[in-house]
Amino acid sequence: MTIFLIIIAILIIWVIISFNRLVTLRNQVKNAFTQIDIQLKRRHDLIPNLVESVKGAMKFEQETLTKVMEARAKAINAFQSGNIKEGFQNENIITQALGRLFALRESYPELKSNQQVSQLMEELTATENKISFARQFYNDITTKYNTAIEVFPTNIIAKMMNFTPFDLFELPKDSQEREVPKVNLSI
Amino acid sequence: MNIYEQQKKNKRLTIIILIVFILFFLAIGLGFDYFYLNSFLMASYDPYSGSPQPKFVPIGTVASLIISLIFVLIAFTNGIKMLISSTGARMPDPNNLKERQLLNVVEEMALAAGIPRPITYIVPDNDLNAFATGFSPEKSYIFVTQGLIDNLTREELQAVIGHEISHIRFYDIRLMTVITVLINAIGIISDFMSRSMRRGYSGYRSSSSRRNNASGIIFLIWIIFVILAPIISRILAMAISRQREYLADAGSAELTRNPKALISALEKIRMAIQPTKSMKDSVAHLCITDPRGSLIEERTDFFSNLFATHPPMEKRILALKLMAYEYEKNKQT
Repeated sequence: MTIFLIIIAILIIWVIISFNRLVTLRNQVKNAFTQIDIQLKRRHDLIPNLVESVKGAMKFEQETLTKVMEARAKAINAFQSGNIKEGFQNENIITQALGRLFALRESYPELKSNQQVSQLMEELTATENKISFARQFYNDITTKYNTAIEVFPTNIIAKMMNFTPFDLFELPKDSQEREVPKVNLSI
Repeated sequence: MNIYEQQKKNKRLTIIILIVFILFFLAIGLGFDYFYLNSFLMASYDPYSGSPQPKFVPIGTVASLIISLIFVLIAFTNGIKMLISSTGARMPDPNNLKERQLLNVVEEMALAAGIPRPITYIVPDNDLNAFATGFSPEKSYIFVTQGLIDNLTREELQAVIGHEISHIRFYDIRLMTVITVLINAIGIISDFMSRSMRRGYSGYRSSSSRRNNASGIIFLIWIIFVILAPIISRILAMAISRQREYLADAGSAELTRNPKALISALEKIRMAIQPTKSMKDSVAHLCITDPRGSLIEERTDFFSNLFATHPPMEKRILALKLMAYEYEKNKQT
């Protein structure tokens, strides 16, 4: 009888611990996603400033600048109407276009020496990095969570309590995601 | 060896050394109780004859641990304030481009590690160094020298901050605190022993009547342990510290996915010969490099390595090059 009670007690403790672990992981996943969202919004705020201050100097990049502004508008619209997938597609376009602008900055000496542009560039570089690091962490923690709800025996609890897997961020094949933020802005 | 294998290996070695450390402490402490204090309390009574039954209670072991714990806690409560005032550290100025960059890089690495952003300070020292502290990732601190900000590129700075953030996220501060408590506890016992030995008293001799030869040999081994205790505990602590450095290097590479940046940062730090005057030896195990100067880290012979907080630069760079090689290879395929 005592042994039976002990086994029941151990089982209950195990269920509580596993459940709490899953909840903690799920909250971490949600928080990681919020972080990405915060950084994307920050980038949306910074882009008009950047475009405004380099527009005069970067005469041959008007097309890229327009592309960035268009993609920004589309992304904001898509997120507002709840179309997450389209939103992230446009975010990827922004990332690529900004990477091009960063690289080209070297060939515009008046931009290189401009203090205000330097600060804006630093902010945007940081935001670009934050976006990709936040995604990296999101993917790591989501993989951990998805694994936790799939492996035996935690999967029993996950099924009973309705823990569903989250999607990972997949980067387009031709993306240079990891290269883009690596632009060296130190003078 | 890739980043994850390296991390697994370092974590495993930490646990093994920590177990050895705890066993060593128990050997010293319980030996002290058994041979010296004769910690047999008349705790329980035999219900039939009513005579007291001796029961072993390790008073000395427990007492030394508690005293040591209190000392360390007292040192901790004012630790950060003392550190800020003794190093002359200041907050970075967000309007200065380089310092803004530092703040951004710290936030980037905190995001990559999934921990709240550590509070950042700049230490006015021209040497290249950085260190991290704080009892939990929820509230932690990173100190960076002026020389580091001035001499590293953005990527290199990111790699160094990644190293420090890894010390925080792997709970190295807690680990080293536990080790400090153990070292102090061992110190208390061996100090007590050496003092009373000088007075010419031995608890063993006074109660030798109830011991045989086998316990005499154990006693002898124990005495040798006690004499060597300060050296052995330091060697063990430094062995753990070096494993944590490799682990933090691998952790930085994991966060930045750019082991090459840490290699070039370490090369630059290596070139800065002078010691970091503003950083004390007591925080050496949480720095990116030993604050006593790079000459210490260039020695690769066995004995100087035994007492070093950091592995030789050459070995750290080699380990990172292996990671970089694996990383590039995987990216191409």
